[in-house]
Amino acid sequence: MFSIDTWKEILQTIQKNKLRTFLTGFTVALGIFIYVTLYGMGNGLNNTFMKFFGNDATNILRVYPDETTIPFGGFKAKRQIEFKNSDLVDISKEFAPLMQYITPRIQRGAFVTYKDKSDNYTTRGIAPGMQLAENTIMMKGRYINAKDIRDRTKYAVIGRMVEKDLFKGAESIGAYVDVAGSAFKIIGVFQDDGGDNEERFIYIPFTTRQLIEGNNDKVDEIIVAFNEAIGYSGAMKLQRNLDEFIRKKKVVSPNDPRGIRIINVADSLKQTQQFASVLQIIISGIAFAVIISGILGISNIMVFVVKERTKEIGIRKAMGATPKIIISTILLESIFITAIFGFIGMILGIITLNSIGGKVLEDDYFITNPSINSGTAIFVTILLIIAGALAAYVPAKRAAQIKPIVALNDE
Amino acid sequence: MIEIKDLHKSYKMGSNSLHVLKGINFSVEEGELVAIMGSSGSGKSTLLNILGMLDELDEGSYTLDNVAIKNLNETKAAQYRNKFLGFVFQSFNLINYKSAVENVALPLYYQRVGRKERQEKALKYLEQVGLKEWATHLPSELSGGQKQRVAIARAMAAEPKVLLADEPTGALDSTTSYEVMDLIQKINDAGNTILVVTHEEDIAQMCKRIVHLKDGVIVEDKKVEQVRASQYV
Repeated sequence: MFSIDTWKEILQTIQKNKLRTFLTGFTVALGIFIYVTLYGMGNGLNNTFMKFFGNDATNILRVYPDETTIPFGGFKAKRQIEFKNSDLVDISKEFAPLMQYITPRIQRGAFVTYKDKSDNYTTRGIAPGMQLAENTIMMKGRYINAKDIRDRTKYAVIGRMVEKDLFKGAESIGAYVDVAGSAFKIIGVFQDDGGDNEERFIYIPFTTRQLIEGNNDKVDEIIVAFNEAIGYSGAMKLQRNLDEFIRKKKVVSPNDPRGIRIINVADSLKQTQQFASVLQIIISGIAFAVIISGILGISNIMVFVVKERTKEIGIRKAMGATPKIIISTILLESIFITAIFGFIGMILGIITLNSIGGKVLEDDYFITNPSINSGTAIFVTILLIIAGALAAYVPAKRAAQIKPIVALNDE
Repeated sequence: MIEIKDLHKSYKMGSNSLHVLKGINFSVEEGELVAIMGSSGSGKSTLLNILGMLDELDEGSYTLDNVAIKNLNETKAAQYRNKFLGFVFQSFNLINYKSAVENVALPLYYQRVGRKERQEKALKYLEQVGLKEWATHLPSELSGGQKQRVAIARAMAAEPKVLLADEPTGALDSTTSYEVMDLIQKINDAGNTILVVTHEEDIAQMCKRIVHLKDGVIVEDKKVEQVRASQYV
């Protein structure tokens, strides 16, 4: 079946029937091409959704104080709720078993100067847990630690871009920078896979921030990282309990839509993932329909091919070709054409995906890094080859069963 | 070589049945050159198709080289055709995208003869029909007579027991017809058994025996003095 002769025979028929070979091949290549590009686009959409979450931790509940809208517990409406250091302690005590860490965040813009270089940056007053929440990677030096918080040290951890812009390659560790009028010693430089903007932050102990702002104990925002072992439903429950706990403590109506706001990153992630995966299923469905129509195209062409070659098949039968030989030759021919053109379509699809990625697509069409993993692409191509073989089998079998005398009389 | 007893064949035409062969008894010895004659509709082509295992018989028996030919499936029939029979058709039936030598080598390919030997044999038979220089030409580049000679070379290449020719000169002018008949006579001289279906009297006279068919029965079966085709060439 796989002798050189068989292949010579197949190659010859393919060569002598160029138009047909091209039509079959084109159908196959187009089907695979469309599948690969559509699927890749779907992945690109997915990537964009995932990018919204950056590379930050997702086991996070962000708690913000807000203005109340309902009078409650003797207070009027429109009362601005504020968090204090004691809230951090109380939350930690109440929810300790469910929590991984807790950190406040006090974000302030600051004009930062080092020698003759200066620029505007965002400083974040934080606790050590923030490193995990942001997935910050230390390049050199160290992060803010518990001792810094306790001692209210004027230490700063700066992003890679800050160091690049202010120090121009000079050593930054141990140097002092002026942050909005206060001198901070740089103890570490970090990088962040979330992109350049994430590397323009300056982290300082939150207690130092409070000291600078008149020695207060106000906290803008509390970030609670839950223990991932509690799972999605555990996180949802924690969110409810935390909301209840804080509202009680801050005397906010349980029915007030505002007052306290909690963003559950895990929940948003899950919703977005669901949305993205439904979208991907729809796109895959369309792509699969394209493949099906490709298969139907092959069947049509194969029926035509066999019809066109009925007389030739009759001659071959008169010369002693058995039905098995005839079927296997037609099948191999079909498989050969679909395989070659299938892989051409696949490669073209992958090349297209690789070349269309870029800023415009990302900004205007929400498609980031459109791509298909080679396993999926190869699987679909092989599926089409098998389908092509099946599509050829039915007419081939029929052709092999035609009586040679009928086939010979066919004009 | 060939033995046929009480052969019947009919074709279904809608609700009617057309009885084409109505009890043929006929035998051919090795080395004979037999012409089967008859007007159109006499059943001569049907008889040849049954002899060639291209069609099935309804009733009776058919023995070819002491092998009973009955209830053959397609695979078996293909093997027998390949082993026992060589075909020459009126319309040549060459594969149009294969060169002369490739056409001649086709039955050898189905006999699983090796590539090199196949090529050698095909060339040898092309040489015998005088077309060695045309080996690489496509059928479309050959004249009718040349095409038929390629077809004869192809039929001979498998070294069959019996050569079956269905109106081999039907599509040729008389000069070319005589050339083809000359070739058939020479092949017969070498000891091969040949059956020729024809409706042309002069072609039939170039055989050694004439069998006349009319309305599905043999009406005459006589030995004749062979006219050599070479004198007209």
